[in-house]
Amino acid sequence: MPLLEIRNLTVEFPTDDGTFRAVDGLDLDLDRGEVLGIVGESGSGKSVTMLALMGLLPWPARVRADRMSFDGIDLRNLRASRRQRIMGKDIAMVFQEPMTSLNPCFSVGFQLVEALKTHEGGARIALRRRAVELLEKVGVPDPERRIHAFPHQLSGGMCQRVMIAMAIACRPRLLIADEPTTALDVTIQAEILGLLAELQREQGMAMVLITHDMGVVAEAVDRVMVMYASQPFELQTTRALFECPRHPYTAALLEALPERNRGKRRLSVIPGTVPGLADRPSGCIFSPRCQFVDARCRDVPPSLVGLNAGQVRCHHPLSEQPR
Amino acid sequence: MLRYLAARIGLIVPTFFGIIFLTFILIRLVPGDPVEVRLGERGIEPERHAALLRQMGLDKPLAEQFLGYVAGVLRGDLGVSFSTQQPVLREFMSLFPATIELTFCAVLLGVLIGIPAGILAGMKRGSLYDHLMMTASLTGYSMPIFWWGLLLILTFSVNLHWTPVSGRIDLSYFVDSVTGFMTIDALLSDERGAFRSAIMHLMLPTIVLATLPLAVIARMTRSAMLEVLGENYIRTARAKGLSALRVVNLHALRNALIPIVTVIGLQIGVLLGGAIITETIFSWPGIGKWLVEAIARRDYPVLQGGVLIIASLVMLVNLIVDVAYGLLNPRIRHGR
Repeated sequence: MPLLEIRNLTVEFPTDDGTFRAVDGLDLDLDRGEVLGIVGESGSGKSVTMLALMGLLPWPARVRADRMSFDGIDLRNLRASRRQRIMGKDIAMVFQEPMTSLNPCFSVGFQLVEALKTHEGGARIALRRRAVELLEKVGVPDPERRIHAFPHQLSGGMCQRVMIAMAIACRPRLLIADEPTTALDVTIQAEILGLLAELQREQGMAMVLITHDMGVVAEAVDRVMVMYASQPFELQTTRALFECPRHPYTAALLEALPERNRGKRRLSVIPGTVPGLADRPSGCIFSPRCQFVDARCRDVPPSLVGLNAGQVRCHHPLSEQPR
Repeated sequence: MLRYLAARIGLIVPTFFGIIFLTFILIRLVPGDPVEVRLGERGIEPERHAALLRQMGLDKPLAEQFLGYVAGVLRGDLGVSFSTQQPVLREFMSLFPATIELTFCAVLLGVLIGIPAGILAGMKRGSLYDHLMMTASLTGYSMPIFWWGLLLILTFSVNLHWTPVSGRIDLSYFVDSVTGFMTIDALLSDERGAFRSAIMHLMLPTIVLATLPLAVIARMTRSAMLEVLGENYIRTARAKGLSALRVVNLHALRNALIPIVTVIGLQIGVLLGGAIITETIFSWPGIGKWLVEAIARRDYPVLQGGVLIIASLVMLVNLIVDVAYGLLNPRIRHGR
């Protein structure tokens, strides 16, 4: 049994112009200790998927799924008290903007101790010592002093380290990192990613890394899920994805990487834009921008089908010849 | 924090002198002088008029009067009332406890009901409760105080006989004034039932006076909560697996309190100046009534002194609010 199992997850938001579907029929299995990358453009549903899993979507979001379970526990319609015992302990999350994700009114130490106390309890002095150890572990210099600091006294990178310390405090079995480096300086980005990878290996936890950076994916994850406009398009091992992408969107995305455009005068791009609420095509959602489109693509939405070790949502998957 | 405080206190000094100057000038801009007002329609011979003015010290040039007044204030002497010949400070001190008593109860009621009501409305935004709360607070906010007061008197005093109509305590009790606060004095006295009577007298004025602060505090709490509940750190707190109660009452409220405390401070300031209408309706012998009567009599020392004391108190309350602000908000507490 996989650690995380999601079948046909749909997330919808009612709007004035009708229902906006942020996630559409998402399936996902994640094994213990596995690292999965979810890539996609902004608004493709990456974060919403994980927030739905955590039960953190704000009202009036509607979440439906045929199955959504963590370690055999059904996460759908979970009682609040039951959910609170899982979140922060077995499943933890690191967010995109570290500076605003820590409460400005409380010291770093308070917020760390709170996480430990909520799930494990213990004496104050022992908790405090563990908080210092956690800060040390995530590479915060001078943790004895920093534990008294307030978030506004720390840099973005330091705040993210504190967030990570808080997330791993109770040794979760699944860590979700939602674009953990987007808001940080380039030099800090590599450090934070390195830290996450190191902690993942050391604690043997499963990790979902949400990003829109293909470079990050190539370095850090075992498997990749590519999402486009609310739908998962392709699921492959990292190596297979980079060597022979099966979905035309994935291929075009990789084609647009600057590394693959060396010596050219212009970057290759995908023409057109992501469809909005009003102009969603009836067939394949990528059909208006796809260079291999035909009549069937325009009329019949493809479903996710298994293809060797991976899955792809396309009527005409690309051939398996290595590029 | 110390530098922050020093800056706040530094601002008080010029404000203080500004208020001395303004009250002095503004009162003298009002047509008529104390002598004319006292005599009314009958008129007076110019010689006698001049003599009375000289007696009050109002014949001297304005600049001299002003300097004399400032010198007095700095010595702690606010002058003597024209109409009662009593020192202004003593009159103020004898009336002020009544105003404080009423203000304290009204603000307490406003805070105890307003903050929980606002939190609940913020949490259940768009619900029936939210709409009811918002409508009720809008009604409270816009209702004329005198009408609301009379309505309550008619219902609870005249028709139901639950509460007394006016005053601070039943006339059958003789309570020695120890602290000036009727409820405390009544408790200290040996008179049976005096405390109950004082409380019953306090009830309706408190409700009337609390209506506006209650509405303001509830609305402010709701909007502050709505803003804070959408913040990223609230999502973090929930992701940590904290209970909804802890997320709202600790993580959200602690941040929302910053604007709420400001509003409460402002309301206290307003109420300390005397609830003129409420005090008049309920014949509550407080500062508001005293000042209104002083305006009618052109009692310059009372007005100058009274306004100055109240303004100083408001500044003090604001200073306390600023300190509370610093205590609540680490970004202020730790410099920047």
